[in-house]
Amino acid sequence: MPVETWLTFILGFMILGSIVALEIRDILSSIVAIGVVGLGVSIAFLFLQAPDLAIVQFLFEIFALIILVRAFVKKDYHIETPARVNGFMVAISLLVLIAIFVSSISVFKLLPPFGQPLFETASHYVNYGTEETGAVNLVASIILDYRAYDTLGEVTVLFTAILGTITILRIRKGKDAGRKGA
Amino acid sequence: MTLYLMCFALFLVGVYGLLTKRDLIKIILSLAIMGYAVNLFLILFAYKKDAIFPILLKNVAQSSMVDPLPQALVLTSIVIELGTTALLVALAIRLVQKYKTFDITKIRRLFG
Repeated sequence: MPVETWLTFILGFMILGSIVALEIRDILSSIVAIGVVGLGVSIAFLFLQAPDLAIVQFLFEIFALIILVRAFVKKDYHIETPARVNGFMVAISLLVLIAIFVSSISVFKLLPPFGQPLFETASHYVNYGTEETGAVNLVASIILDYRAYDTLGEVTVLFTAILGTITILRIRKGKDAGRKGA
Repeated sequence: MTLYLMCFALFLVGVYGLLTKRDLIKIILSLAIMGYAVNLFLILFAYKKDAIFPILLKNVAQSSMVDPLPQALVLTSIVIELGTTALLVALAIRLVQKYKTFDITKIRRLFG
């Protein structure tokens, strides 16, 4: 089977999975459904010849599932309350989204067709990457040599996010404990 | 083009969840869906017909490789998404501890 058929199948599966994840009441089922969608992305990356990305996406999915389950699923985890659904708002937003989708079709027609990328900057990387950097894996040669400053920025963003997480989750006991001790 | 449109539809499913859901966890999940759709779209854009992964092998011509540049940038984006998700989860945990509810319409009062 050609790649397009596989990808169409996987993408349809992912759309279905994300609708299930958003509409189901049970939060644990919802988190599991989002995990299925992420693993579908990982398989799609394999079909699109991106093995590095498939591995990273797989790891991301596992970590995200662990974080979400650890944070929100307790013994008495909550089930989304059957809120008095504002049907009018839902209908309006669905209509607007469908209108955006329909009007975007003409935009997507302008893109180069699937399977024929632009390949302008990247042709230099593909042709001279190994001689200039010595890396056999061209993705590694780009993130660690040609675009090393981007990677530095990425690490900075990641560090800031983790710093924020620790700051928010830290339990401020140090001061009180010191007072009690004194 | 069908694939691009389906990817865009996945993104719009995420936007729909962001607009209509009130549960904090559902909002975090919709952001994750939007992230998946954008990453997948960039990689779809980089695919070249009958090409192989961008790792140099012995008897393979360099002209038959997929575009490595979007792959490198999406690798960065996936890692940042993990950090963002962790930050959102931390914020949600603190909000739930303070207000005892997951419903964002009930989180109104500002008190410190």
